[in-house]
Amino acid sequence: MAMAQAAANDGVMRAADGTPLKVALARAERREKVKAVGLVLPLFAFIILSFVVPILIMLYNSVYDPDVAENLPQTVVALKQWDGKELPSEEVFAAFVADMKAAQKNKQVALVGKRLNYEISGIRSKVVATGRKVAALDAAPFKDAVIAIDKVWGEAETWATIKRSSSVYTPFYILSMLDLRQDANGSIERVPADRSIYKDILARTLGISFLVTLMTLIFGYPVAYLLATSPQKTASILMIFVLLPFWTSLLVRTTAWMILMTDGGVFAQVLNYTGITWLLNTAGLMEGEPQLFKTRFATIVAMTHIQLPFTLLPIYSVMKTISPNYMRAAKSLGGTPFYCFLRVYMPQTLPGVAAGCLLTFILCLGYYITPALVGGPTDQMISGFIERAINSENNWGKASALGVILLTATMILYYVYNKLIGIDRMKLG
Amino acid sequence: MEEASRMKKIVTLLGAALLSSSAILAVAPAHAADELTITSWGGSYSESQRKAFYEPFIAAGNKITEAEYNGEIAKVRAMVEAKAVTWDVVDVDTQTALAGCAEGTFETIDWAKLGLDRSKFIGGDVTDCAVPNILYSTVAAYDTTKTKAPANLFEALFDQTKYPGKRALQKSPFVNLEWALMADGVAAGDVYKVLGTEEGVERALKKLDTIKKDVIWWESGAQGPQLLADGQVVFATSWNGRFFSAMKIDKKPFQIIWDYQAPDWDWWAIPKGTPKLDGAYRFISFASDPQRMADQTKWISYGPANKDAAPLVDPTILVDLPSAPDNLKTVFYPDPQFWGDKGDELRERFNAWLAQ
Repeated sequence: MAMAQAAANDGVMRAADGTPLKVALARAERREKVKAVGLVLPLFAFIILSFVVPILIMLYNSVYDPDVAENLPQTVVALKQWDGKELPSEEVFAAFVADMKAAQKNKQVALVGKRLNYEISGIRSKVVATGRKVAALDAAPFKDAVIAIDKVWGEAETWATIKRSSSVYTPFYILSMLDLRQDANGSIERVPADRSIYKDILARTLGISFLVTLMTLIFGYPVAYLLATSPQKTASILMIFVLLPFWTSLLVRTTAWMILMTDGGVFAQVLNYTGITWLLNTAGLMEGEPQLFKTRFATIVAMTHIQLPFTLLPIYSVMKTISPNYMRAAKSLGGTPFYCFLRVYMPQTLPGVAAGCLLTFILCLGYYITPALVGGPTDQMISGFIERAINSENNWGKASALGVILLTATMILYYVYNKLIGIDRMKLG
Repeated sequence: MEEASRMKKIVTLLGAALLSSSAILAVAPAHAADELTITSWGGSYSESQRKAFYEPFIAAGNKITEAEYNGEIAKVRAMVEAKAVTWDVVDVDTQTALAGCAEGTFETIDWAKLGLDRSKFIGGDVTDCAVPNILYSTVAAYDTTKTKAPANLFEALFDQTKYPGKRALQKSPFVNLEWALMADGVAAGDVYKVLGTEEGVERALKKLDTIKKDVIWWESGAQGPQLLADGQVVFATSWNGRFFSAMKIDKKPFQIIWDYQAPDWDWWAIPKGTPKLDGAYRFISFASDPQRMADQTKWISYGPANKDAAPLVDPTILVDLPSAPDNLKTVFYPDPQFWGDKGDELRERFNAWLAQ
């Protein structure tokens, strides 16, 4: 009692157990904080491990390029002194022979060849052959002997390429995914036309995504309106038709489209029986039977079908929140139905339209399986080329660089959206 | 009748789609320590290996997981480079065996450990890193009920006025580039001299450009016969055994065009760094037994690579093998060394061409 009295006298407020109130409060607060952090920690760790770390690895891989630097270490050092004009000196060739011997022993020659081949077409086989023959060279001078193995070593460009790729970090992959490359002096130039495909692929990916988004909006908007304004009973039945395909696996729906779209298949027969084939033929828009399998048309139809609910549902949930009183008021003030819709109703649905379209567009950018199954080789989007870089070319640098391009395109899009509409105005319902 | 068969086809395809989606979910099964993962090319070829090798091997008290691929060496390289080898035995073609041997993707084969006589194997000395398994051939075929017999291979593949319609070709430069050059007038003996130059590759691709818009590119061996059976294409290429199975087992009215068939080997190879090296050897040794190799020809028309198996093969099957004298009148032998060296760069070039 005396203690408490004394404590009270020093002007500090205390909790029941005698600790100063400030400390007790801070302690309680900290306990709450730990609890809160503990609750989000699993999700946080999950996001870091499954999202942030892979993206960082991808960014790193798109500039990481160790094949030449690690397997030709002495050559790379010797080339530092080289001015890049004449052929390198004997010293460089000696270092090269030593490096190639070691690389041949470790079976790493093919890696060097693979890397150089990205820049000098056809050199891979020459590097591999040189690796086999270089073991026979054991006395200087090496320069002429190496050039005698293959005259590719007598070209300054070969050595310029080795010098350029001598750092373990390179802009090469990112540049080549923009159809650019560094020339012998290190300045940036365009890739020859027969090799420049990536700008087209990016444009194609954006183009297909835009068209699919537009189609889903054109088809989805009226349906969303119907759903939002119909009586409850009708609306819930209609909703099933929207949701049932939404719940079906993407792979199953794509396979179904494959069957429907085969030449002479269901879709083609419908066109024939309804006279659309005849109409298109007469109009000169098509020749003979419809050929839909493995075409851009089939890709867009299938993707539109798959993406429709993603655009429709946000629009629908925004429409549900719009009170019918606005339209009544507008009409009572003398507006025609069309004018009222355009000036009063539609502007209120825009946050939903924006949300739905953004969602569909971004999902479309990453499409892989649908174009692969119903599209032809010229309908493949960026993801398809990422898959090919990994599965058939074992070129992780290229795959990562394509990933970086896709990520950048998505981020720019998000930024533009945020500037134009504001992310806080986006409504998913 | 036709409606019913179409319906049935749709149901089968949908079933296949469901199955494959569940297969994707089950991609990483738990592997027992003694369970071998054997990777091959799927379809009727894997079926023949299952009957002739896997089932007896399992019956002898071993465990096997089957995996499928479309011959992408990149997948094997990736797991060897990452030191996470999950395939213990892989069925590879010759160019893959050579390329993988040169860069250390495959183990060097110890024939003594296999307990086999290397000289008994056709092509046994082509590479140190693989054991020859079968001899197959890349060929074209057509449906006799729908298409008239073409005079030769090049008319079938490239003559759009005589045979309008689509063609199914493998999504790979292998053999396609050679055939394109020959169709463009290059003598069979000069093909690799021409293809070794940048202009030669251009020339081959230019020839393929003439049919590019009418080609459906297939990736797995089962697709060629399937596209032909569906009437999606007038001519399809595939490996001769795939057409054989479609004709003999599924009773399809196909005819193989043996003109300029392109024979090659398939091999058993062991990815470097597999933790089940002994098991892999045991399996390869088991599957190289003459009787089992001869048995395989019951399900697919590929020639066994073990010379001792030849006398055991059912004589009625001999006419369907690529090595039958009637089938060898004109033949083009692809150069595996050329492809082992230049395969990567040509595949990249071909992929860029495809995307244009």
